[in-house]
Amino acid sequence: MNKNPRNHPVEQDPAVRRNNFEEVCQGFTHEAMLAEADRCLHCKAAPCRKGCPVGVDIPGFIDLLKKEDMQGAIDTIKRYNALPAVCGRVCPQEVQCEKYCVRQKSGGAVAIGLLERYAADYALQNNRVPQQKPPVLPYKVAIAGSGPSSLACAGELARKGVQVTIFEAFHKAGGVLVYGIPEFRLPKRLVEAEIDQLKELGVEIKTNVVIGKSLLIEELLAEYDAVFIGSGAGLPSFMGLPGEGLNGVYSANEYLTRINLMKAYRDDYATPIKRADRVVVVGAGNVAMDAARTALRMGSKEVFIVYRRAREDVPARYEEVEHAEQEGVKMHFLSSPVAIFGEKQVEGIRCIRTEIDSVDENGRRTIREIEGSEFDLPCDLVIMAIGTSPNPLIKNATEGLKTTPKGTIVIDEDHMTSLDRVYAGGDAVTGAATVILAMGAGKKAAQTILNKFGLNQ
Amino acid sequence: MYRILKKRQLAESVFEYVFDAPYVAGRAKPGQFVILIVDEQGERVPFTICDYDRKAGSVTILVQSVGFSTKCLSRLQEGDSVFAFVGPLGNPTDLNAYRRVCLIGGGIGAAVIYPQAKHLKSRGAEVDVILGARDASLIMYESEFRNHADHVYVMTDNGSAGEQGFVTNKLLQLLESEHYDCVFAVGPMPMMKAVVNLTRPMGIPTIVSLNAIMVDGTGMCGCCRVKVGGATRYACVDGPEFDGFEVDFDEAINRLNMYKSINEENTHKCKIR
Repeated sequence: MNKNPRNHPVEQDPAVRRNNFEEVCQGFTHEAMLAEADRCLHCKAAPCRKGCPVGVDIPGFIDLLKKEDMQGAIDTIKRYNALPAVCGRVCPQEVQCEKYCVRQKSGGAVAIGLLERYAADYALQNNRVPQQKPPVLPYKVAIAGSGPSSLACAGELARKGVQVTIFEAFHKAGGVLVYGIPEFRLPKRLVEAEIDQLKELGVEIKTNVVIGKSLLIEELLAEYDAVFIGSGAGLPSFMGLPGEGLNGVYSANEYLTRINLMKAYRDDYATPIKRADRVVVVGAGNVAMDAARTALRMGSKEVFIVYRRAREDVPARYEEVEHAEQEGVKMHFLSSPVAIFGEKQVEGIRCIRTEIDSVDENGRRTIREIEGSEFDLPCDLVIMAIGTSPNPLIKNATEGLKTTPKGTIVIDEDHMTSLDRVYAGGDAVTGAATVILAMGAGKKAAQTILNKFGLNQ
Repeated sequence: MYRILKKRQLAESVFEYVFDAPYVAGRAKPGQFVILIVDEQGERVPFTICDYDRKAGSVTILVQSVGFSTKCLSRLQEGDSVFAFVGPLGNPTDLNAYRRVCLIGGGIGAAVIYPQAKHLKSRGAEVDVILGARDASLIMYESEFRNHADHVYVMTDNGSAGEQGFVTNKLLQLLESEHYDCVFAVGPMPMMKAVVNLTRPMGIPTIVSLNAIMVDGTGMCGCCRVKVGGATRYACVDGPEFDGFEVDFDEAINRLNMYKSINEENTHKCKIR
C-alpha cells in the first residue's frame, strides 16, 4: 500500500536551525513538487475542498502545477485565498484539506499545503504577471485591524472593485502574522509581499490608527458603506501566580512581539529583550511552541515547556511539537505551575505534578494535582503562553455593539454584528484560533457585504 | 511620518515638542498618552499628552532625555519627523467628582497635571498645586500654573527654587489646615508612593498616573501590567491612572528597572545625528 509515499520538503538541520532565524522548512524542490502534484488523484468530489475554510480549488491548482503552468496555478489559488504563501506555511492542513484526502491511507495525504506554498513562492520570486486592477466601484468599506481576517476580507472586496481602507494600530500591517508568528516559520518579507499584492488591487492601509481610540466605529460609518472589525485576540492571560510580576516574566505576546515585530533579536534595532540561559514556557499551544523555539534562537541553553495535561492533550500542531523537540526543547507534561520565585528577577518556577482525573462533558480530560509532588525548575525567564481574552478597546468605545460575557463580538451566521452595516470576524469573534479560520471568517463577511452591495453573482 | 512643528528646550535635558498628528489631536483628552517611535529601528515609547490643538491637528508632549530613545528624539529639530506617533491611548483623567483638589507634579509630571488645573479651575473647583524637582531648572510651567490655581507651591531638593524639601513635606504641612477631597499625584514612582503613604492614613482619595513600560499600548502584549488591589491590571487599557491606595508600588518600581542595564549598553546606533 505504501508505494508512492508523500514527498518531503527540504528542512534545516535541527542543530543548525536552533541558532538562526532562517526558515525551518524550505519547501519542495521543483522535482519534489512535480512528484507530489502527480500523487493527486483528482477525485471528482474533491473532498479536500470541503476541509478548506476558504474553499480553494485544490485539484484545479494541483493539475496546473503538474503541467508546470505556474501562473495558472497561482491565479487559481488567488481566486479563493489572498495569502497563499502565508497559508501554505501556517495552516493546520492535517486537520483541514489533507485530512479529507483519499490518499490518506495510501502513502499519506497529498501535501496540499506544501504545494500551495510552492506555487505562491514561485509567483513571488518570478515577477508574475501583475494582477488586473478591477474597475473602481462607488462602495467604500473600512476595516479595523490588518491581521488574517481583515486581509482576507479586504482581498475579497478589492477583487470586486470595492474601495477598501484598512486601519492598523501598529506601525506595520499584518497583525499576528508580523507580531506573533516567528520569522523562522513565516518570513516577514513574504507577509509584506502578499500585503503589497493587496495594495496593488487598490487596498489602502493606514497604520498608526487605533479604532476605538484614534477613530470610532460611528465615525467610520459616517464615511464608509460598511465596517469590518478584525481586531484580533487581545489581552494575554496570566494565572495569578505569586511572582508573576517579577522581572523576567513575559506573556508570550510580549516576548514574541519584541522579537518578531520590533526585531529585538537584531543589533540594529533598539527594542530591548531579556536574554536568559534557562527559560520555562507555560502552556503547550502553537504560541507556546513559537515562544520556546524563539528562546532557543535568542541563545538560551535550555528551554522547557511546562504543561498541566499529557502529551496527547497538547493543543499545538503535531509538526510544531516535533520541530520543538528536535531542536532541543524539553517537555514537562502533567506539571502545573504554582509559583514563580525570585527576589526582583525570576530565579525559578515551582510546579506540582498532576494526573488525569476524568473526562468532562466536552470530552476534555480534567486533571488532579498530586499532593506533595512539588518540584522546582530553576530558570531566569518565564513565558506565559496560556491564551488571551478579547481586546476591550472597540467594545468599550462602541455603544450598541453586542458582546458575549467573555467579551467576544456577537455575530449572526452572515457575520453581521448587532450594529447595522458593521461586520466582524476572526479572533475578535471566536477568541484565539487559527490564521485560516480567521481568513475564512473575513472572506465570508466580505461575501455578505458584497451581497448587500448587489455585487455577488 | 509625523513632523515636529515646534521644539522648545525647557531645561538642560527637557524638551517640549509639538507634533503634527491629526488623528491623535482629533480625540485626545487630558490624561491620555501616545506611543512614539523615533526611527524605523526604534522602540515604542509612551508619552503623556500634555496639550493638543484640534483645529491645528497638533499634539504637545514633554520629554526628559534620559534613556536611549528620548536622547535620539532630542537630536531631532523642528521640521524633522518621527516614524510613528499613535494615540490617544489609555483613559482620560476624570476628576469631575472633586471640588477641592491638590495636584502634585514631580519633574515633568507637571505636564500631566497642567491640563487638570486648567479644567478644574474652569469649572470652579479649588485647586492647589505642588511642583517638585531636583533643582530650579526642572520646575516646569510654574507661571502657567499661577493662572490656573489658587496656590502654587514649589519644592526643590536643593532649595534653588521655592522651598527646600520634597513635595510630601509641603503636602504634610498643607494637610494640617486644608481639607482636600482628592490628591492627584504624577511623577516618579517613588514620589507617588511617598504621597500615597501620607494620604492613606488620612483616607484622602489619591489618584496616581503610572508610567509603565509598554510595547503596543493597546492591550495586546501585557508588558505594562501592574498589580492593583491584588489583581493584574494593564496600564494601557485599564489606566494609566489608578487608585493610589491599591497600587503595588514596589513591584511597579522593580518592573520599571527591567531593562536598565540593557538600555545602558544598547548597541543600536541611532541614525539621527
